[in-house]
Amino acid sequence: MMQRIRTFMFRNGSLLLTFGVFVLIYFVGTQLYPAMRKPQVFFNLFINDSSLLLVSIGMTMVILSGGGGIDLSVGGVIALTGTASAALLRGGASPYLVIPLMIVMGIALGALMGTIIQTLKVQPFIVTLMGYYFARGMAYIISLTSVTITNEVYKTFALTPIHIPFIPKAYIYPTTLVGPIMLVVAIYLSFFTRFGRTIYAMGNNEQSAILMGLPVARTKIMVYAFSGLCSALGGIVFSMSLLAGYGQHASGMELDSIAAVVIGGTSLSGGVGNVIGTLFGVLIHGTIVSILQFNGTLSSWWTRIGVGLLTLIALGVQSIFYLRTKRS
Amino acid sequence: MKQTSFLGRLRRSQAFWPLVAWVLILVFDAIVEPGFFRLGIIEDPVYGKHLYGNLVDIFNNGAPLMLVALGMTLVIATGGVDLSVGAVIAISAAMGAVLINPALGNQLITNEILTRNATNTPLPLIILATLAAGTVCGLWNGWLVSRAGIQPMVATLILMVAGRGIAQLITNGQIMTIYYTPYFWFGNGYILGLPVSIFIVAGVLLLAWLLVRKTAIGLFIESVGINAKSTYYSGINEKNVKLLAYTFCGFCGAIAGLILSSYVHSADGNNNGLNYELDAILAVVMGGTLMTGGRFSLLASVIGAVVIWTFTVTVYSLGVPANALLAAKAILVLLVILLYSDYTRRLMNRVFERRGSQHDAAH
Amino acid sequence: MNEPIDVVRMLGITKSFPGVMALDDVDFTLRKGEIHALVGENGAGKSTLIKVLTGVEQPDNGTIQLDDKLVQVRSPEHSQELGISTVYQEVNLCTNISVAENIMLGREPRRLGSIHWSKMNDLARNAINRLSIDVDVTQPLGNYSVAIQQMVAITRALEILSAKVLILDEPTSSLDIHETNLLFDVMRKLQNEGIGIIFITHFLDQVYEIADRITVLRNGQLVGTYETRSLPRVELVAKMLGRSLTELDAMTRVRSRAEDTAEKQQLVEAKGLGLARSLEPVDLELYASEVLGVAGLLGSGRTEMAGLIFGIDAPDSGSLVVDGEEVTKFSPLGSLKRGIALCPEDRKAEGIVGDLTVRENIILALQARYGWLKYLSMQRQNELADKYIQLLGIVTPSPEQRVSNLSGGNQQKVILARWLATNPKVLILDEPTRGVDVGAKTEIQRLVMQLSEEGKSCVFISSELEEVLRVSDRVAVLRDRKKVAEYSGDVDDKTLIQAMAGEA
Repeated sequence: MMQRIRTFMFRNGSLLLTFGVFVLIYFVGTQLYPAMRKPQVFFNLFINDSSLLLVSIGMTMVILSGGGGIDLSVGGVIALTGTASAALLRGGASPYLVIPLMIVMGIALGALMGTIIQTLKVQPFIVTLMGYYFARGMAYIISLTSVTITNEVYKTFALTPIHIPFIPKAYIYPTTLVGPIMLVVAIYLSFFTRFGRTIYAMGNNEQSAILMGLPVARTKIMVYAFSGLCSALGGIVFSMSLLAGYGQHASGMELDSIAAVVIGGTSLSGGVGNVIGTLFGVLIHGTIVSILQFNGTLSSWWTRIGVGLLTLIALGVQSIFYLRTKRS
Repeated sequence: MKQTSFLGRLRRSQAFWPLVAWVLILVFDAIVEPGFFRLGIIEDPVYGKHLYGNLVDIFNNGAPLMLVALGMTLVIATGGVDLSVGAVIAISAAMGAVLINPALGNQLITNEILTRNATNTPLPLIILATLAAGTVCGLWNGWLVSRAGIQPMVATLILMVAGRGIAQLITNGQIMTIYYTPYFWFGNGYILGLPVSIFIVAGVLLLAWLLVRKTAIGLFIESVGINAKSTYYSGINEKNVKLLAYTFCGFCGAIAGLILSSYVHSADGNNNGLNYELDAILAVVMGGTLMTGGRFSLLASVIGAVVIWTFTVTVYSLGVPANALLAAKAILVLLVILLYSDYTRRLMNRVFERRGSQHDAAH
Repeated sequence: MNEPIDVVRMLGITKSFPGVMALDDVDFTLRKGEIHALVGENGAGKSTLIKVLTGVEQPDNGTIQLDDKLVQVRSPEHSQELGISTVYQEVNLCTNISVAENIMLGREPRRLGSIHWSKMNDLARNAINRLSIDVDVTQPLGNYSVAIQQMVAITRALEILSAKVLILDEPTSSLDIHETNLLFDVMRKLQNEGIGIIFITHFLDQVYEIADRITVLRNGQLVGTYETRSLPRVELVAKMLGRSLTELDAMTRVRSRAEDTAEKQQLVEAKGLGLARSLEPVDLELYASEVLGVAGLLGSGRTEMAGLIFGIDAPDSGSLVVDGEEVTKFSPLGSLKRGIALCPEDRKAEGIVGDLTVRENIILALQARYGWLKYLSMQRQNELADKYIQLLGIVTPSPEQRVSNLSGGNQQKVILARWLATNPKVLILDEPTRGVDVGAKTEIQRLVMQLSEEGKSCVFISSELEEVLRVSDRVAVLRDRKKVAEYSGDVDDKTLIQAMAGEA
């Protein structure tokens, strides 16, 4: 029994640590600000960071796939999705057309970047940077100013509260559910499909994965397409929540996303980590923001420092774990 | 016949292709908008007679990018990257603004004090502090990469994320406007009719050139980037080489921050130097330095920065709305990707050999 | 006893690359249920032969038969389909996923479209049990030692298709005794199942322990195939080096320049110097004005010993004293400053800096010693470059040529020049004449002797016994990662071969 507990601890140590940090920070928050003890505060984490969660899920898969994998375009795609949807809706298009269209666009853009990365062997950093410029650039071209969304369907999704059973005065919105649903999808992909296992194998040793006969080339393109899908979903949720599309939306979200992924225990070199850790990374981010809001005096820039510091600590912990496993 | 003619050497140097790119853009401008090159002389009440025009603007506004590209070149040459340069610019700018702030230490803060044309700290000290701030940032990055063994992208990501927060911390969350006029000279002043910033860039370029070509450091940097193992076996301390590269990059970021905040008369933790790291990396790649490290050319990277800035100014002066600039930049990155890809590079190497060139057999 | 059945028959295989004849009319057969060792020094053609068999390369001439049927192996995937599985020295698996995944991924069982984990684990367990190893298939591969990882690689190779042939390429290089025995148990088990195993190795002890037959290649040609029990070790070594036993008897002592070592100044003293898994504790002394030859087959620990003396690795046992001072911090720069130089064996990975010019490569170590600030003037650099280009006969259009454009032999000379330029007291040369043409070989040997006459201490490591004997004053012999003998004065190559073979 002890042995099994020990193996579990060892194998999931990083994840447990992230979880622990989240609980700790949340606890500290509730002690400092009694208002934070309301259950709704917890659900607000999911409401406020739903786009960040979506985008970070895609980012996790891309980073896991290794080879310098990263997706800098996520913020841009959110902005593009937002402005494009808003413009189309204002022009009278049906949301049931717009939403699938945006999803297709996200996947297409991701697949295009993935193809360039795989076939031309260009560093993902540069290619997704180009994707970022392109997406946000197109968003600006569509509209320099914020475009309001007045569509009824959008409003319904955005504003209808769903009450949480058994917990009084606690609610979420329909858009809040998209993130957790995608999380479940990502967990399934990661652990129950060849696609996911190939991603892990590639992230560890691309050469070996190829020699093992795994479909590395195809998987690499697909993982960027998946990230594009997540970014598009993030954009839809974002524009729904704010009922607006704006070129400057989600500025800097790629950084927050990368930080969440790293804090969640995923290694930037690939092959190590999972989306569950990313969930906690996102929640930690949200908790820090909440604490600052409750404080009211400290400015939001402390979030940046806090996130940066946590990333550093996460890296330190990761390297200790790495050394420990190497020696054993 | 040994090709020692100027044109021959130019064609084989790394600066050749970015120079060609720049000329192409200028040619495009000349055709599409002849007024682009108009230069004039105006008399400014504060700074005297000086040149003005698009070309002057390119070099004046592009100076911070040119400096950052300089520093980034050395880092990339060692096989690394520095994502934090934008944050370093913000931190340095904030440092300068705060030290100038005449309201510092005053109990009573009135509008008159805040906007007074005075400084709390002597200017030389301000410059020193600003440069020190950036250099310390560089040292931090360098330490993480060389001693803690963290991957460069990850290590510099930390400062990139936290750095703007630090900048805000320094300015107490506000955008600080600077009213001390002597400070404006760096970004707005003119010497012999040309912007001061050009001289600063030239000075740093000269300093850097002396550092890397008149000492063994340039050789060591290239060696580390090409084959770190062989370099180590030859007795070179590659850890210190990397440390130096990152520190110098931080130093360049500091100067860029100084010029930038001087130019806009303010320090804004959120927006100073935004996206500069991406442009700087692009400039270095355009300058022919491989992202995996090795041979580098400071001049080529600076020209790359000029190309990016000229591109930007061209897009604006063509009347393309500001909102399309980003999309246009995407096209630029795509072109750079295609032109500098492995395939094209191999083709180019076969046609023109760089540096280690082959003289004609018959000589 | 059943008649031996050939499962693989390669006849008249010839393969050449630009400038090199890798295989010249080589025959090779593998029987069912046999363990067949394939041996030969560097450049003998072992890896090319295997590449031909596994479809990585196509032969220029010759035929391959599998189970008496003529086949053309088109690609590595095709060779797997034909039943030939290969396991390489570097374990080509992924350490972050479980053992079961490493075995089954690519053919994993599915249930309703998703991976059926419990079934996959069961299948993996069965496969691993076939090899009688105790492993928890749900653990990440990285939790296990390299030896176990190798077993998993073998398991995967066998599971792919009913393999008839298993090729093991240098499987024991990173294993210790325990782990090697484990591997051998597995190999014997597979042998009993009728699988033919090709075992490529340079550890002769292991060849004699496990192999039924031995095929020796040398310089792309087949020297012969022998029953292990009928071939004495000495003969094997002789054949690998290209001698016949009768030749050896007739050979007289090649070198005797015995001088009284006691009169010479001791520059380096290593006592019990060793590093786990690389070198067993070794005692060694280096004196001024002499050449110490180091003989031993590939993998005998020669390079590791050189690395320890030069400070690339820090030893975990023993001590090293240079010029009377004990070395506490091991680093190349430190050794350089103490006057030790190492010309490494792997010039591509550890020697040349490819994109730098010949001149830059030559002055690199000297510059390292001078430090950052004291940059050698261009005039001085050109002087040095020209001096050594001429001295060593480096063929290059100019000193500004990129080193990666030079031929292998000339690259070797550039590295040599780099270290000569530092004017060292102790110069260690690891295979300095490999890939170098005959004329240059002689030059380098002459240079080494000249250097020792000038007062330097040279260590000359080489697999070519002729060379070693010609230049050395003393010869140390290494075998299987330990020093087994040291001779001075009266020594001939027969004695050396016996020491290398373990029949001193």
